[in-house]
Amino acid sequence: MVMDAAPPRITVKNLDMSYGDFVIMRDLDFTIRRGDIFIVMGGSGCGKSTLLRVLVGLKEPAKGQVLYQEGSLWEVDEDSRDAILRKTGILYQRGALFSSMTLAENIAMPLQQYTRLPAKEIRELASLKLALVGLAGFEDFYPSEISGGMVKRAGLARAMALDPDILFFDEPSAGLDPVSAHLLDELILEIRDSLHATIVVVTHELASIFAIGNNCVFLDVETRTMTASGDPKELLQNTTDANLRHFLTRGEK
Amino acid sequence: MTKKPISQTPPLAACAVTRDGGAVRVALAGDWRMGATIPDVQAVAAALQGSEKPASLTFEAAGVTGWDSRLLAFCLRIMRLAEAAGVAVDTSGLPEGAGSLMDLAVKVPERKGAAKKETAESFLERVGEVALGIGQAVGNLLEFLGEVTLACGNLLRGRAVFQRSQLALLIKQAGLDALPIVSLISLLVGLILAFVGAIQLQQFGAQIYVSTIVGIAMVRVMGAIMTGIIMAGRTGAAYAAELGTMQVNEEIDALRTFGFSPTEFLVLPRLIALVLMMPLLCIYADLMGVLGGFIVGSLMLGINPVQYFSNTWQSVPLANFWIGLVHSTVFGVLVALAGCYRGMRCGRSALAVGQAATSAVVTSILAIIIATAIITVVCNILGI
Ligand SMILES: Nc1ncnc2c1ncn2[C@@H]1O[C@H](COP(=O)(O)OP(=O)(O)OP(=O)(O)O)[C@@H](O)[C@H]1O
Ligand SMILES: [Mg+2]
Repeated sequence: MVMDAAPPRITVKNLDMSYGDFVIMRDLDFTIRRGDIFIVMGGSGCGKSTLLRVLVGLKEPAKGQVLYQEGSLWEVDEDSRDAILRKTGILYQRGALFSSMTLAENIAMPLQQYTRLPAKEIRELASLKLALVGLAGFEDFYPSEISGGMVKRAGLARAMALDPDILFFDEPSAGLDPVSAHLLDELILEIRDSLHATIVVVTHELASIFAIGNNCVFLDVETRTMTASGDPKELLQNTTDANLRHFLTRGEK
Repeated sequence: MTKKPISQTPPLAACAVTRDGGAVRVALAGDWRMGATIPDVQAVAAALQGSEKPASLTFEAAGVTGWDSRLLAFCLRIMRLAEAAGVAVDTSGLPEGAGSLMDLAVKVPERKGAAKKETAESFLERVGEVALGIGQAVGNLLEFLGEVTLACGNLLRGRAVFQRSQLALLIKQAGLDALPIVSLISLLVGLILAFVGAIQLQQFGAQIYVSTIVGIAMVRVMGAIMTGIIMAGRTGAAYAAELGTMQVNEEIDALRTFGFSPTEFLVLPRLIALVLMMPLLCIYADLMGVLGGFIVGSLMLGINPVQYFSNTWQSVPLANFWIGLVHSTVFGVLVALAGCYRGMRCGRSALAVGQAATSAVVTSILAIIIATAIITVVCNILGI
C-alpha cells in the first residue's frame, strides 16, 4: 500500500488545455505521488489523451504548470526537459509502433540510442519485455501482422524499454479480452511494486480502475474541468457528484 | 546520431557460481542496471552441464545494490538454460519483485512456431522466387487494369460511384495548383532550346528560325513531356502516398465493406482529373515555352517581336499541336494509373508508403519515355 507520505512525483497546477480557441479543460489541479497508480478517467472526448500529451511534453498547456520532481516541464531548458522525459515511457492510444520495424526492433531502438549494450543483449532485453506482456515468440513480427490487442501490448513493452521511472498508458486494456486485461492489471501492479515506478493510466475499465488505481482524477466533459480526485474506491463511497457517480456505476442509479 | 548513454562509468556486476552437492547456487552481487557491465552465463552453463547433473538451481542476491530489467534478462537466460538441462529453478532468492516479474515473464508460454526462422536460400530458390514474383506482378497489373477498364465502362454507362466534390478537388489539385511549376519549367525549357539553337543558327545568319525550332519542339513533344514529368513527380507520387496511407489505415478495406469499389471510388476520379488536366496543362506549357523562346529571340537576337510570333504561327503545322495533345492525354493516363496502382498495392507500413511513392514516380517516367518512343515511331510510319 502506498502511504500518503510518498513524495509528489508530478504536480499539476492551474492547468488549462486548449486547441486554438477551443478550451478542452480548465483549472486542473492534482498531484501524482511516487509509486501511485494514477487513473485519469472521464467520458470519451473529454481530453484525457490531451492531458497525457501535456504531461509528457508533446503539447504546450494554454496556462498553468506541470511540475516534475526535477523541475517545471514547460519552464526548464531543452536539455533538462529531455532528461526528465527520458525517465518516462508512453503507450499511445493507437499503439504508435514503428510500422517498418519488427516488434523486437521497436523495443530495441531506444536501447540502441541510449545505452551501449551489445546487440545480443539488447535483443534479449527486447524478448524479456515481450515475454512480460505475453508476446514471447513474436519478436520478428511486424506491427501489421499482429492483432489490435497485441499492438497494444507491444506498445506497452516498448514503453517499458528503458525501465522508465514514470509510465503513461493511454487505454492499455482497450481491445483486450478479460483474461488478458486481468493479466495486464497484474503486470501494471507488478511493475509498480517491483520496479518502483509511478504509473499514470487512462482507462474506462471500471474493473481495472478499482483493482489497480490508488489515486485518480475525474475529468467532467460537461463542466470542462476536473470534478474529483483521490482514491477511486473512496470516491465511489463518498461522492455526491452525479456525473462521477454515473461514471463509476456505469450509469446505474 | 547517438544520444549520450545513461551512465558513463560502468559499475560492476558479479555472478559467482558454486556447486553445493546436488544444488547449483548462483550468487549475484553489485549493480545490475543499464550502465553496468555484466558477466556472461558461461559459468552457470558449465555448472549445469557438468558430469553430474545437478538437482536444482537457486539464486542468491544479498549483494545486489541495484537492478533493472537487465538482471531479469540475465536470470531469464539462466532459467532457459536450466530448463533445457532439466534442472528445477528456485527464484525465491532473487531481489524482492524480481522473482514475481520472472514468473510473469514465463507465465504466458512462448508461442511455438510463431517465431520466424531465417533460412538460407539457395541460388536456384532465389531465381525461382524472382520469376514467380515477376509472374505475380504481371498478374496484379493485369487485374488492376481490368478493374480500371470495368470502372471506366461503368462511368460511360453513368453508373460509377464516386464523389463529385472529390473530383472537383482533384481537378483543382492536378490543374490549377500545378500552374506555377509548369510555368517556370516550360519557360526555362523554351529559353534553353532557344539558346542552344541560337548559337548554331547565328553562324548562318538564320536566327529567325529559332522561332521554328522552339515552336515545333515545344508543341510537338517537349511541352507534353515536361508536363508529364512534372505531374509524375507531383501528382503521381501524391496519389501513391495518399492511397498507400489509406491502405495502411485500412480505409480501403472500410470502403470495400461499405460496398464501394475502391477502383471506382478512388482510382476513377484521379484518372479523370489527370486525363482532363494534362492536355490543358500541355497547351499552357506550349505557350510558356514559346514565350521563353521569344524572350531569347527578341532580347538576345534582336528579332522583331511581331515577326517572331508570325513566324512561329506559320512554321508550326497544326498537326504538331494535335500530336502534342495525344502525347499529353496518354501521359495523363499513365501517370494516374502508375500512381494509383502503386498506392492500391501498398504494404502496411510507413516504409511501404515511401516505396510506393518512389516507384510511382519511376514507373510513370519510364512509361512516359516508352510511350513517347512508340508514338514517335507510329507518327513516322503514318508520315505526320
Ligand atoms: N489536434 C486536435 N485539434 C483540435 N481538437 C482536437 C485535437 N485533438 C483532439 N481534439 C479535441 O479535443 C478533445 C479531447 O480529445 P482527447 O483525444 O484528449 O479525448 P479523450 O479524452 O482521450 O477521448 P477518448 O476517451 O475517446 O480517447 C476532443 O473533443 C477532440 O475533438
Ligand atoms: Mg484518448
